[in-house]
Amino acid sequence: MTLTALAFYLFATVSVASAFMVISARNPVYSVLFLILTFFNSAGLFVLMGAEFLAMILVVVYVGAVAVLFLFVVMMLDIDFAELNEGFLQYMPIGATIGLILLLELLLIFGASTQLVSQSALPQATPEGMTNAEAIGRVLYTDYIYYFQAAGAVLLVAMIGAIVLTLVKSENPRRQSIAAQNARRREDGVELVDIEPGQGL
Amino acid sequence: MEIGLNHYLTLAAILFTIGVFGIFLNRKNVIVILMSIELMLLAVNINLVAFSAFLGDLVGQVFALLVLTVAAGEAAIGLAILVVYFRNRGGIAVEDVSQMKG
Repeated sequence: MTLTALAFYLFATVSVASAFMVISARNPVYSVLFLILTFFNSAGLFVLMGAEFLAMILVVVYVGAVAVLFLFVVMMLDIDFAELNEGFLQYMPIGATIGLILLLELLLIFGASTQLVSQSALPQATPEGMTNAEAIGRVLYTDYIYYFQAAGAVLLVAMIGAIVLTLVKSENPRRQSIAAQNARRREDGVELVDIEPGQGL
Repeated sequence: MEIGLNHYLTLAAILFTIGVFGIFLNRKNVIVILMSIELMLLAVNINLVAFSAFLGDLVGQVFALLVLTVAAGEAAIGLAILVVYFRNRGGIAVEDVSQMKG
């Protein structure tokens, strides 16, 4: 048992357990928190595989943005979760059956296909004397520049779409009216009041 | 014992299956369904990075990056639709979605 194997089993166990908690937790807030734990452990796995840049991106993008977005929506909407959880066990048998069949199929496929790839002696995807981020940058900004631009376009469309969907047209927008401001005279705003001594206003 | 490609692929398969199972289990709760989809995309990313590492080819990591981008956009749009739907109907039950009719 090397240290790598130990780390792999630790990360894998925690990520599978927390992924199961994501789908079985009664309260969606807990689901989101377990999702964050899953992402952290997957980032650890990425580091084990020598993909440090993706690991950091996973933590920054998923934990920092997506999971917090989920958390905001869960807490913002006033949802009766007890009602939603009705019939939770109703679909358990069929879901478990389909899940088991899918898992078996996936494992069979992987078992067959991985004979084509050498199992041990991890060849490094990152070239010698170069950081992982630098190596990815050299590939991403040259050969895959169009994909990179397309990803930027996807993010732009997602951003505009989310804003357009959730923007509420206000009934009474408090906009600045320069004409009204300039038309205001001193007499409209200032009033002199004579107060008797010893009395309040 | 050496940690090989099979270990990572098995882990990704288990995570993907948990995602599919979560969609079946939480049929009424859209938020958990969205989170299950995120889990499935994470499993796909683990597959891509594992093959990239064991084949010694960096392209898998580039595509994992693109999958990450699409997943982030999908989460943002999905949650925005969810917020609008909640405003219109006062709930997020999935069964009622078919009654919207445009």
